[in-house]
Amino acid sequence: MLEVRDLHAKAGDRQILNGIDLTVNAGEIHAIMGPNGSGKSTLAGVLAGRNGIEVTAGSATFQGNDLFALEPEERARAGVFLAFQYPVEIPGVNNAYLLKAALNEVRKYRGEPELDAMDFMTLIREQMKLLEMDDSLLTRPVNAGFSGGEKKRNEIFQLAVLEPSLAILDETDSGLDIDALKIVAGGVNAMRSPDRAMVLVTHYQRLLNYIVPDFVHVLSGGRIVKSGGKELALELEDRGYGWIETEPAAV
Amino acid sequence: MTQVATIADSYAEQFGRFKQQTALPGALASLRDEAFSCFERLGFPTTRLEDWRFTNVAPIAETAFVAQVAQSEGTDHTRLDFDALHLPRLGGPELVFVNGTFAPALSTTDGLPAGARARSLATVLAKHDVDDEDGAEAVASRLGQLARIESRAFTALNTAFLRDGAVIEVPPGVVVETPIHLLFVTRSHTASVLSQPRVLLVAGENSQVRVVESHAGDGETPYLSNTVTEIVAGDHAGVDHYTLVREADAACRVGSLHASLGRASNFSSHTISLGGAFVRNEASVVLGGEGAACTLNGLYLANGRQLVDNQTTIDHAQPHCDSHELYKGILDGRSRGVFNGKIIVRLDAQKTDAKQSNKALLLSEDAQVTSKPQLEIFADDVKCTHGATVGQLDEDSLFYLRSRALSHEQARQLLIHAFAADLLGHIKVEAIRRQLDALLLERLPVGGA
Repeated sequence: MLEVRDLHAKAGDRQILNGIDLTVNAGEIHAIMGPNGSGKSTLAGVLAGRNGIEVTAGSATFQGNDLFALEPEERARAGVFLAFQYPVEIPGVNNAYLLKAALNEVRKYRGEPELDAMDFMTLIREQMKLLEMDDSLLTRPVNAGFSGGEKKRNEIFQLAVLEPSLAILDETDSGLDIDALKIVAGGVNAMRSPDRAMVLVTHYQRLLNYIVPDFVHVLSGGRIVKSGGKELALELEDRGYGWIETEPAAV
Repeated sequence: MTQVATIADSYAEQFGRFKQQTALPGALASLRDEAFSCFERLGFPTTRLEDWRFTNVAPIAETAFVAQVAQSEGTDHTRLDFDALHLPRLGGPELVFVNGTFAPALSTTDGLPAGARARSLATVLAKHDVDDEDGAEAVASRLGQLARIESRAFTALNTAFLRDGAVIEVPPGVVVETPIHLLFVTRSHTASVLSQPRVLLVAGENSQVRVVESHAGDGETPYLSNTVTEIVAGDHAGVDHYTLVREADAACRVGSLHASLGRASNFSSHTISLGGAFVRNEASVVLGGEGAACTLNGLYLANGRQLVDNQTTIDHAQPHCDSHELYKGILDGRSRGVFNGKIIVRLDAQKTDAKQSNKALLLSEDAQVTSKPQLEIFADDVKCTHGATVGQLDEDSLFYLRSRALSHEQARQLLIHAFAADLLGHIKVEAIRRQLDALLLERLPVGGA
């Protein structure tokens, strides 16, 4: 589904990614771990098309198409979803309005009929229950005045409604208390499917207790320096990142 | 110089003819003479005047506009194309004026409650000599009381050519539930029309009324719509006023609104500017009774080379009065916005609470805005705050929306709408709010070239 080859990228003047190779197949969950400044969020951002990141070498294909040739909205319609580390507050834009507009754009792309307000409400009921979203969060402006946990739940709620093929979760666990983490993880686990792939970007192993990955990759200095199964995350939890950085890169 | 002299001659000659053709009651006849000499003495304002520092009136001063005097003008327009003129349909009492002249065939007063009156000024003044059953004397004596001619050239010019307009009277205790629509349409197809309607709104004690002034026009010839509105809100009255500016692309507008508020009255004004090459909106409110409250809101969209200038003066003359002022501009192309917000707190006006805020959203590199708050505070126990911001669309917000499958254009429109959302929320006339919602979500109007 996603093939990243020798990806180099700059954010501003700084070279952040120095040759990433990553293959993600449908049905798989990959965790990308690494210390601060290793390039995790840049990797998530460049895949979603965040402005300010320049690809200097390498490629990424999504379902066979050149990902970098697509505008952010084209990637979203084609099935790439980024759950933001810091969801943006947008006062004056109604949360439900945005979600309905987003869903209808995706449906249009898929050749499905657009939903009216009634059908939309019916459709999102289940996901609201799953993420324990209060009705008031729908009518409020996007993320404005939401608590940290509410913002992250809102991201996963959007994920659940939009049903992308590839979900990239950027530090979705950061700042969540244990209750909120369980709700968010429950939402993500409910989205697991043989047709869908997920990339979890996280600093800590804690999230992986609740969302068990198939593969774990360690990012350091803008490259994947170690890959393994879920047990690698536990090892990192025990030993920290220091030992990885001193080992020769394993590709 | 020659050109300016020629234009001054043109107004003098037009005024001479106008006086011959249009009889006015004695007091008003001398008011208009006085007004014309004020206008001649003042001339059009220059950028040397503080209140005109950022606004050059050359497009007006250098055009030989033709003051509309003929009664016949306008009455032959049996239909108005609301959609083409971008006018809201309010479905209540509606007085229509074409080139400043009342068009009875297009107007209706259906829906006015007993006692409330909405009439054309020309009709009121015509009855003056017969008897005073219709209160013409009272109307005549009010005109020019708030809109002073001594230092304002455009008000003087409007007053000199005083002839027609709208007079709305709401007696004490009467509540007018449906908004009264005053529709001023300028049609300028051949000559450069000068349309100068006058509005007088007198809301009696404890009455309530909502008035919408729509100013629109068509035709490619530049015209000048120079309007003056005087509003008297009695004690405990509630007046909600809207000025909707949808002038034609080539048009110039100068509109001044003057309001005087009685004790514990509540006045709100919403000035929405969406069209016209040169738009100057002046609002001046005197909080003249204890406990009065005033809201001055403004929203403008400008594009192309449009200029939109909002000048406000709020005069806290009595204690315990509140004023809230919020103006927002959305500027694209090479358009310019000017905001000048004056707040005066007189010595006696203790416990004043005045808030002023001015925000501008610039959508292009070439758009410009100038904001000037002016606070003159003479009392010592008051709360006065003001703030001004200028910004662009937030890149992170744009990316967030695009990552949710919205096109760049959709994301942009959604953020533009969001910028204006709080002002839209204050608009109580649904037809106007719906129109603005659609306009802001769909596209920016194409402004004057």
